[in-house]
Amino acid sequence: MSRYAAMFDRLAGEGAFGAFLVLGDPDLETSAALLETVVAGGADMVELGIPFSDPVADGPVIQAAAARALGAGVKVADCFALIAAFRARHPHFPVGILTYANLVVTRGRDFFGRAAKAGADSLLVADVPAREAQPWASEMRAAGLAPVLIAASNTPPQTLATIARLSVGYTYCVTRAGITGVHAAAEFDRDLIDALREAGAAPPVFGFGISTPEHVAAAMAAGASGVISGSAIVSLAAQGGDIASFVATLKQATGNDSRPR
Amino acid sequence: MRLSGRFGRFGGTYVPEILVPALEQLEAAFLDAQADREFAAELEGLLADYAGRPTPLTRCRNLPNTIYLKREDLLHGGAHKTNQVLAQGLLARRMGKRRLIAETGAGQHGVATALVGALLGFETRIYMGAQDVERQRLNVFRMELMGAEVVPVDSGGRGLKDAINEALRDWSASFADTHYLLGTVAGPHPFPLMVREFQRVIGREARAQMIAQLGRLPDAVVACVGGGSNAIGLFSDFLDDDVRLIGVEAAGRGLDSSEHGATLLRGRPGILHGAETYVLQDEDGQIADSWSVSAGLDYPAVGPEHAHLKESGRAEYVGATDDEALGAFKALAENEGILCAFESAHALAHALKLADEAPDAVLLVGLSGRGDKDVAQAQQLLGSSA
Repeated sequence: MSRYAAMFDRLAGEGAFGAFLVLGDPDLETSAALLETVVAGGADMVELGIPFSDPVADGPVIQAAAARALGAGVKVADCFALIAAFRARHPHFPVGILTYANLVVTRGRDFFGRAAKAGADSLLVADVPAREAQPWASEMRAAGLAPVLIAASNTPPQTLATIARLSVGYTYCVTRAGITGVHAAAEFDRDLIDALREAGAAPPVFGFGISTPEHVAAAMAAGASGVISGSAIVSLAAQGGDIASFVATLKQATGNDSRPR
Repeated sequence: MRLSGRFGRFGGTYVPEILVPALEQLEAAFLDAQADREFAAELEGLLADYAGRPTPLTRCRNLPNTIYLKREDLLHGGAHKTNQVLAQGLLARRMGKRRLIAETGAGQHGVATALVGALLGFETRIYMGAQDVERQRLNVFRMELMGAEVVPVDSGGRGLKDAINEALRDWSASFADTHYLLGTVAGPHPFPLMVREFQRVIGREARAQMIAQLGRLPDAVVACVGGGSNAIGLFSDFLDDDVRLIGVEAAGRGLDSSEHGATLLRGRPGILHGAETYVLQDEDGQIADSWSVSAGLDYPAVGPEHAHLKESGRAEYVGATDDEALGAFKALAENEGILCAFESAHALAHALKLADEAPDAVLLVGLSGRGDKDVAQAQQLLGSSA
């Protein structure tokens, strides 16, 4: 059983809480410590950004985090080393990578093999939509990585079907138009969740702008299998805030599950 | 999408999923408009009576007279950009959008977008790298005069690349009522194809003008390449002819320095701003900051069709340095009484080299824009006694 499947099994209906961090932000040592902090705070899975110079899907907080990491001289190889070290300490903890296409294709696509060898479970490439994803997903699976695709509220039904077919581990659902960052209204699209479940997609997890317990509860009420919080954690970490209690607070809200059992 | 969006192995639609429906809507509107006579008639009317097409073909008198200049510098707005901006403006209206966003490097595309915003009644916002805002003050003021809001972008190298990033981020949230009026043949499908079709009027006219004036086709067609829209526009109607096609990239402070914009000469295949194409990048795939004296050629990627034309061997790509371009800028002013854009001076610089090597070869040069925007910078670089 994959680490994602085992996690969803263990949670038995309670929502999964995913913490997103940018690897190497602000430096390798602090980044490694932050990973342990989010686990200690109660995260069920981590999604780890490998910093890219031109992150078009990201808002100011994640852009700044990537710039800090790259400014500290962090290389892709360092990111894989961080993942490998984390994997050695946490053999069963689900680990996803989020990055951008150019880092993957730049050297003959050996990225997939390196990611799998480091111990990552999945890979989401933010600028590879379903329309381009087929060859990428095949290569990822061959390398032993679960491809994770994004579904949005404006994604048409035939594309949702492709996403349901290709996305493994979980399906990343975008709550609203726009880039990563703080979410104004706690509104989550139940229709998207229903359509994905109907299409037999991997468990839908909401991301983009999850920053309060109310957001988490609303996402769970909309029928999601979990949430991923990124900008809020990264921003708080940059200010030296208490990440473990913040994660614990958000994690607690995943229990407010109104889904039919 | 109805079309593959590929040029050989290059191109594609590498954008966040949220933007795919907006690109599908745009492709559909573009293809429908291409088949619509009323659209074509309205566009032709604007190109003729508003923008001033056809633009002249000028034979040099004092520089080698084998050089013919396609005078996009005389187009309303000051550069070839106006051709495709009018077309995309009409498409945006057709799609019911009320707002335009665009990126700009030198400011020429920003000026063109601002004028179509004023003409067709769109709210207009232009993203421009903070470094470019500093070196192109005059164009910033031009855009503002025409009612556009200019937003300086402070991330990355504060140039054209960063302005495109910011425009894509805006569009991810605003596509419902906003058209992203991308300024070149780069970006995700359908932009490279659509912008080419809206710019091919340059080559169509130039080809007919060469035949009318000289009775034959040129031996070579030379154009500068940043994103590559004026070059693609000039090349497209010569693709099936026995004519050399030469794109001139910004060699900046030298091809062997790290300060240039010579993507096809010094980059390698990658994915940036929605397309698989040549990209200037480091070992890891982080995008490099480009450099050119001309903001419009200062871009670390290039339109995917140029990547394909390079690999297929149909077009050749060379570089001209900052100094060579400035020399050509000066030579054109002194000998022909024409102030061209620094971008266009790169094409002329290479043409002057070719004319020196082969005095009989007829050369068609894309003079893509006028130099008004560069006069202050030229004064700094050449000295007021130049």
